[in-house]
Amino acid sequence: MKPKALVLRAAGTNCERETAWTLKQAGAEATILHVNQLIHAPSRLEEFQLVVIPGGFSYGDDLGSGVVFANQLRTRLKSAIERYIEDGNLMLGICNGFQVLLKAGLLTGRDVFDDPPRATLTWNLSGRYGDRWVDLRIVSERTPFVSGRKIVSYPVAHAEGRFVAPPAVLDELESDNQIVFQYVDGAGRPTQDFPFNPNGSERAIAGICSKSGQVLGLMPHPERNVRHFHHPEWTRLSKREHGDGYELFVNAVKHASHLAQC
Amino acid sequence: MLFKVRLTPKLKDQSPESLRAARTLKEAGLHSNGLVHRRLILIEGKVDPGELERISRELLADPVIETAQVLKGDEPEPEGECLLHVSRRTGVMDPIEQSLMRALFDCGIQPQGVKSVDQYEFAAPLTPAEVAKAYTALGNSVVDEAHRGPLLLKSLPKGKPYRFKLQQVDVRGLTEEGLKKLNAGMRLSMNLPELQAVQAFYRELQRDPSDVELLTLAQTWSEHCKHKTLAGKVHYREHRAHESGPDSDVVHESLFDMKLLPLDGRIGNLLKDTIKRATEELNKPWCLSVFVDNAGVIEFDESEAVCFKVETHNHPSAIEPYGGAGTGLGGVIRDILGTGLGARPILNTNVFCFGPLDADPRQVPKGAMHPRKVMRGVVNGVRDYGNRMGIPTPNGSIHFDPRYTGNPLVYAGCVGIIPRDKIQKQARQGDIIVVAGGRTGRDGIGGATFSSVELTSESETISAGAVQIGNAITEQMVQECLLQARDRGLYRAVTDCGAGGLSSAVGEMGEDTGASVELHKVPVKYEGLSYAEVWLSEAQERMVFAVPPHKLEELLDLFRSEDVEATAIGTFDGSGRLKLTWDGHEVCDMPMSFVHGGMPKVEREAVWNSGVPRGLPDPIVKSEDPGEILLAILGSPNVCSKEWVVRQYDHEVQAMSAVKPFTGPGRDGPSDACAIVPRLGGDQAIVVSNGLNTRLGDVDPFWMAQSNIDEALRNYVVTGGDIDHCAILDNFSWGNCNKPDRLGGLVRACYGCYVAAKAFGTPFISGKDSLNNEFMTEAGVSVAIPPTLLISAIGKAVSLKGLTTMDLKQPGSKLFLLGFTRDEFAGSHHEMVTGRRATEPPRLDTSMALRLYRALNEAQRQGLVRSAHDCAEGGLAVAVAEMVLAGRLGAKVRLDPRLAPSGAEPHDATLLFSESNSRIIAEVAAQDALAFWNLFKGLPIQEIGEVTREPRLLVFGMKGDKLIDQDAQTLAKVFREPLYKAFGEELPRTPA
Repeated sequence: MKPKALVLRAAGTNCERETAWTLKQAGAEATILHVNQLIHAPSRLEEFQLVVIPGGFSYGDDLGSGVVFANQLRTRLKSAIERYIEDGNLMLGICNGFQVLLKAGLLTGRDVFDDPPRATLTWNLSGRYGDRWVDLRIVSERTPFVSGRKIVSYPVAHAEGRFVAPPAVLDELESDNQIVFQYVDGAGRPTQDFPFNPNGSERAIAGICSKSGQVLGLMPHPERNVRHFHHPEWTRLSKREHGDGYELFVNAVKHASHLAQC
Repeated sequence: MLFKVRLTPKLKDQSPESLRAARTLKEAGLHSNGLVHRRLILIEGKVDPGELERISRELLADPVIETAQVLKGDEPEPEGECLLHVSRRTGVMDPIEQSLMRALFDCGIQPQGVKSVDQYEFAAPLTPAEVAKAYTALGNSVVDEAHRGPLLLKSLPKGKPYRFKLQQVDVRGLTEEGLKKLNAGMRLSMNLPELQAVQAFYRELQRDPSDVELLTLAQTWSEHCKHKTLAGKVHYREHRAHESGPDSDVVHESLFDMKLLPLDGRIGNLLKDTIKRATEELNKPWCLSVFVDNAGVIEFDESEAVCFKVETHNHPSAIEPYGGAGTGLGGVIRDILGTGLGARPILNTNVFCFGPLDADPRQVPKGAMHPRKVMRGVVNGVRDYGNRMGIPTPNGSIHFDPRYTGNPLVYAGCVGIIPRDKIQKQARQGDIIVVAGGRTGRDGIGGATFSSVELTSESETISAGAVQIGNAITEQMVQECLLQARDRGLYRAVTDCGAGGLSSAVGEMGEDTGASVELHKVPVKYEGLSYAEVWLSEAQERMVFAVPPHKLEELLDLFRSEDVEATAIGTFDGSGRLKLTWDGHEVCDMPMSFVHGGMPKVEREAVWNSGVPRGLPDPIVKSEDPGEILLAILGSPNVCSKEWVVRQYDHEVQAMSAVKPFTGPGRDGPSDACAIVPRLGGDQAIVVSNGLNTRLGDVDPFWMAQSNIDEALRNYVVTGGDIDHCAILDNFSWGNCNKPDRLGGLVRACYGCYVAAKAFGTPFISGKDSLNNEFMTEAGVSVAIPPTLLISAIGKAVSLKGLTTMDLKQPGSKLFLLGFTRDEFAGSHHEMVTGRRATEPPRLDTSMALRLYRALNEAQRQGLVRSAHDCAEGGLAVAVAEMVLAGRLGAKVRLDPRLAPSGAEPHDATLLFSESNSRIIAEVAAQDALAFWNLFKGLPIQEIGEVTREPRLLVFGMKGDKLIDQDAQTLAKVFREPLYKAFGEELPRTPA
């Protein structure tokens, strides 16, 4: 049975189509829903094993990136999401989706919702939006979304991607192996140097998972490095079938299909 | 009750927002040490203070980095006199307010009103002069207001309710003078014959028009909407009296000698006789809809088509660069949404022309902004709108000339994809008129007529209302609903509300059927709008639909389900008339035939004075050293890297990009064009490119037009675009074409377009013109922009595998130059940097060029081309230098007299820097060289050297002497640095 993936959008979400397409390629049945539809019938969440909040500018990021959408998850869908996570299902937030999950408190706490969230994503040190490809190292396998501690290339495209938290919280994330992706330099070392670390994130954090590993958020866009022509140097490199980002979706769908069978 | 929520960054003056504001103020010459930026949110209504306290802490503040404090609206703050507040003027769109209402609603609060304010705390109170400076730097007086000292308010400002009163305008009794006065007083921008036509019409009716009737006619007949110059009658003459001599340029070709024009020089319809004629004569079966809709549509595959439109938004961008550029882009995106039954936008392009970034502020004319400020605003506007819409921006260019200082140019383009069975639309009698999207406000009233007049040193004050502020998210919400409604077949026609607002949208859709609209039903942002304001407002993010009555409920439900406002406001009633009412009172009743056909045709005079001396800037290179000249051109504003801008645009969203703006291991090689794969999972790419040269128009617009087309096509072809499936778009920005010399140049450019498009087999599918680009200085001098023609090209790639990037790939590869190099330096960058005046502009041999491009396409299909790059500004030298820096490899090049046509005896400098058209450099693996060569039998092709491992450019002259020896790292630095430097930033490192 194909696992079911929900791509959840709101006003201003703009990466839902390519995200859904990639999920389908990876073997899932993907449905795109507007958050209004889910708020109208929260129990629909039970149909899915994987929820993805894609990139974009939900509600214009007008009150800070992801804040209004995050507020909806916390005020309108709280118990449905708690049940969904307690049932062992997966959630992924990419770029704006990461901002939403983090600001909703779904990534940092011991409970499903951390109240209030203890980490944030704020303005890039450059003070503005930037689009560039970065190298990332997978440094933890706490989450089923990744397999193998390798280096991958994805593009970033954001203005508010700088991961900030008090030192104690950063230590906790590190010791609990919740830091999954770090920005690295040409030698593969985590770095604070621009543009390798494109936003100045503390401890070079590009993506983290929840303590359960079920929820993953990352700023770079794996869905933009799926096909062989996506990589900026594809005309120089030998041909590959898929880009680095595809594997993340395959891993997620594989795990979700186990859940679908239970 | 009014509350004031104060959000203070924990990092105080070190927060990113504080630092950014401090940088901006420093640039404006103000002390900004210790500046703290806060967000203030004003909330009015019956709200429980305790609840607000909690929401402020948890929702409004980011608890990790901010603290929140709730005050009463009129409660003083301790920093008192050190504060400066900047906020949107009452009635101007502020997207934050909508999102705030949404978020508060989710928390169970429904306030009456909210407002967001930026608060700046300075180390000491500001003097009035400093306030003025800070206000200009941090806000824009057109849309923002500033308040010094504590902000003490008891309630939010509100508009006054509107009391209906029909306004009639006496036109019947007016003399010529009286009509002219009326024209100026109401800012109608009509000419005398048009005013007289209106007068005659109402004399016959034996009544006077209402204000809204008169304004509707002015708007519908405006240059912006009817293109009366380009589509009008022209009487063209040529003067060839000038002798060639040291101070004048030589005489160039006569259009009469080329038999392009009737001998009496009378042109019935310039557009039809040139641009459209090329398309008609070519009659390509893959052109599915041209010149009739909001965008031109061409075939993509058996089930889908692509459409492309490019717009200008020059005058609004001069006054409010951020809002002007953003709404310019928003407008062209709506054009795509309003093409056929609606296309999905998949790609944006942006081309800008500014004054020099290093302009002495004292030299910037009064009423104009410094080019740096204009550029920053424009780039931010495009970035914030395009990125929010989720449309990639992978193609564009930026050009500089002092004459753009008072009148910058902003071109915004958008490509869409549409099912082939959704290309046709037709409103039918009985269809309901529905307006959806943003609410109507007072913004942008008179934009269509405003864009048709010259800018003056006072424009900033008198045309403030003509600027619109956009909200990309509203447009994105409309887009998603529109496309769902399209696929469910819920409407029969759609168009966007652009210039002229509802007047233009409903007027156009109802041209055949007639329309009646109840204006009081249109949702407004605030009270106080008159019926005329509602009808003519250019408030953004609105689309108008023709909905069959039995589909109305379903359509309204769909929009409601995603929080998009949609309202039925009238009917396409079959009356053949335009009828408007306000609460039952008739305010307009005119036959559509007069609205659209009543405009008298005026013949304009056009003169081409050949041989007028051109001004040249002071030379920046004194020596003859080719290496120095190369670096000077490589780092010159038009040629240098636009990375500082491009990295701020999302060019990856929608996961389609196959050739990106930058290429090579350092991701800094400038791609000639972009390629995207528009269908998820598809294998067919489209290529999009542009061509624009601001220096050739001064020499001869006839050759400029041809050169620009050739440049666009070269960029397209080198990237892998199929020359036999390529369409082009024209966008003219010209000086005031009521002046015969300006119009003379335009006529020549149009005929240049015809000749080249016809010969290349590349039809025009859409275009737009902006013909009043002059800036009137305080001293009364009218400065015209350089004649500027943007050509955009779009078409299918030969294959996905055939896509080619410009970075050198492999040591040992052979380098070939395709095309002949001639002594053609007039308008070149060599002429500009050395000051050595030239007379011959690049001409174009289209039949040779077409054969070259087809041969290159064949080589790409066969996989023989490792890299390819267009020779343009700076000629062969700059092109090879860019390939070297992009590939982090070297090139050894030997100049050869055979690069020129036989018998030409060229100089080294000609071969290096001449800007002859139709030339391409190609890298071919050594083992493929023969096969490649064989494809070019009988065509100009020459091996010029090879790719080397050491990243260094070496060029040897015809005598074997070393002319250029430069390492790739220096080339990259010279190429990348100028824009970063202009904006006071450090050059970022590259990955390789």
